[in-house]
Amino acid sequence: MAETRGRGTGRAEAASRTRAGGTRRAATRKASRPEAGPDREDPAVLREYYRQMALIRAFELRAAEMYTRARIGGYCHLNLGEEATVVGLMAALRTEDYLFTTYREHGYALARGADPGRVMAELFGRADGLSRGRGGSMHLFDPGIRLLGGYGIVGGQLPPATGAALALAYRGGPGPDRPAVMCLLGDATTNIGAFHESLNLAALWRLPIVYVIVNNQLGMGTTVEAASAEPDLFKRGCAYRIPGQRVDGNDVLAVRDAARAALGQARGEYQPVLLEAVSYRLRGHSVVDPAKYRAAEETERARREDPLPAFRARLVAAGVLGEDAAAEIDAGASAAADAAVEFAESRPDPEVGGLFDYVYATPVANTYRGLPGDPVAGAG
Amino acid sequence: MAVISYRQSLHDTLQAELRRDENVLLMGEEIGVFEGSYKITAGLLAEFGPRRVRDTPICEEGFTGAAIGAAMMGLRPVVEIMTINFSLLAIDQIVTNAAKMRSVSGGQVSVPLVIRTPGGGGQQLSATHSQNLEVFYAHVPGLKVLAPATPADAKGLLTAAIRDDDPVIVLENLALYNTRGEVPDGDHLTEIGRAAVTKPGSDITIIGYSRSAVIALDVARKLEAGGISAEVIDLRSLRPLDRETLCASVRKTTRAVIIEDDWLSYGIGAEVAATVQEGAFDYLDAPVRRVAAAEVPLPYAKPLELAALPDAGALTRVIGETLDATRFDR
Repeated sequence: MAETRGRGTGRAEAASRTRAGGTRRAATRKASRPEAGPDREDPAVLREYYRQMALIRAFELRAAEMYTRARIGGYCHLNLGEEATVVGLMAALRTEDYLFTTYREHGYALARGADPGRVMAELFGRADGLSRGRGGSMHLFDPGIRLLGGYGIVGGQLPPATGAALALAYRGGPGPDRPAVMCLLGDATTNIGAFHESLNLAALWRLPIVYVIVNNQLGMGTTVEAASAEPDLFKRGCAYRIPGQRVDGNDVLAVRDAARAALGQARGEYQPVLLEAVSYRLRGHSVVDPAKYRAAEETERARREDPLPAFRARLVAAGVLGEDAAAEIDAGASAAADAAVEFAESRPDPEVGGLFDYVYATPVANTYRGLPGDPVAGAG
Repeated sequence: MAVISYRQSLHDTLQAELRRDENVLLMGEEIGVFEGSYKITAGLLAEFGPRRVRDTPICEEGFTGAAIGAAMMGLRPVVEIMTINFSLLAIDQIVTNAAKMRSVSGGQVSVPLVIRTPGGGGQQLSATHSQNLEVFYAHVPGLKVLAPATPADAKGLLTAAIRDDDPVIVLENLALYNTRGEVPDGDHLTEIGRAAVTKPGSDITIIGYSRSAVIALDVARKLEAGGISAEVIDLRSLRPLDRETLCASVRKTTRAVIIEDDWLSYGIGAEVAATVQEGAFDYLDAPVRRVAAAEVPLPYAKPLELAALPDAGALTRVIGETLDATRFDR
């Protein structure tokens, strides 16, 4: 497992891992292992990871722009700076696995295979959006790629994700080909009740689920240390005998490998796993947050450690990607983001007449569908 | 047709649905090994095993949310929340996730979940174990909220709830578990969204649900002997609310009194009263009155508890006042 840089705690800390029961092995101090480096991977796969990361970057930058132009309303939380985490996690997921995300989810939808135009259309609130314009940025659903939301309340996704894993266990036993659930959460989520109740259930009932803490080191403006009595977040599963591991969220291959191993344990043994990927937000909590609570040198360091140019440079240096090819991918990502905006712009708004369309699955009598000011009952 | 208890009716319904549909499973505290806090699920663990009758730890938010997730995947969980008081621990999952999942996903993901939970006071369980919180859920679009008052409706509404593809809360009542009544054999469904006129009448409409619907019927039958013809409506469904039946009845009788176990202000009765005054305004001969619980956390001491809760006496008195308000000729 790749070393972490311990930025979540401010202490220099190498890779650590807790086992079920909480015993801790001696830390390894190696840098990323040579066998995990680009020279051992299929070059086409590496280029594909870069393409996905570049697409997410381009898409999120355009989304930020569209928000400031009021094409996107409400809240808009971006994955800028987290591309390696996003792509690494999604690369580990199999087609038959299920995904529950937070509200910072555009990148995950894209990397999972959602159509960028339909994602942007959802941000624009159009009828052809991923959630038919009903959900918006925080509620992307696409059962075709097993993306089951998109949740606005911090931690709200954990119990349903746990229940989805329960459904998988209900239908069959563990095995190397069984589907599993990946549930994403932020660093601050580790302090809410739903986190603890969910992990306890998953461990007690032996469910095929991996909980991934995307630790971008800030919950809005609150640091991990200011919120968590145990800031080594990967350790927080030990109360439930859930093994935990921290990984460098800026290393797409390390993230992928750690997630794959975790999913393997989850599906193969019905052992839930807690993974912590330490990453960084390049910008504020959402588009409207100027992040004044951040020190200038912290933001500077984030830019220096930006995983996107770092991965690009790594691939070019390893000869996997020529400079021209890299530039072509960059241009392609930009074009794809532009196309997504164009598509979204061109789609119609949902019809007001369909306001009540998706509230209930089973129609029943006397369901009131009045608009504001409509009478509640006929005059007789 | 058999005469069985409300408790037995619920038990038999759960058993029948577990037998009928592999996707149905039960979840809740003490429903298995303990056989149910109120014995509704007695024997079901023995018959169906722990995979389908699943005891949970004490974590309402966790297990209710897990049931939501399982429902999103096509299972049909029936969750027992031991009493409606404890549902507050799960209210975020119910209101934020269960109620909104289908809407927010643009219709792509549904939640065929049932939550069964008893409310009500009167057994000296004191304030924190005696509440009637169904109005919190009846308020929320995306949920369905049912309140069976009889053993027959317990079967009919619970069966309908389990077969419905939306999140349905079935409100039971501690005081009703031992009541007995005729229950149809075999497949018996009660339509969701329809109130029942449990006694036709012409002088006044009495509206209630759950325990208060039973009180309403008792009072109406006694009044009949005194020459007052009261029509009784058992709401059965709190969301959707059968406004049509309510208004049609009051247009006929011109007077309405609501009895409910919950606190007066902002309750189910307030919604019924607003509906009736709008839908039957030109027909009303008296103000629409509500008989509800005194607005205190329900005390433990028996005389205080009795004084706080609505009963047949209070209902009868208010019916009399309503009739007198129009100088009704008895």
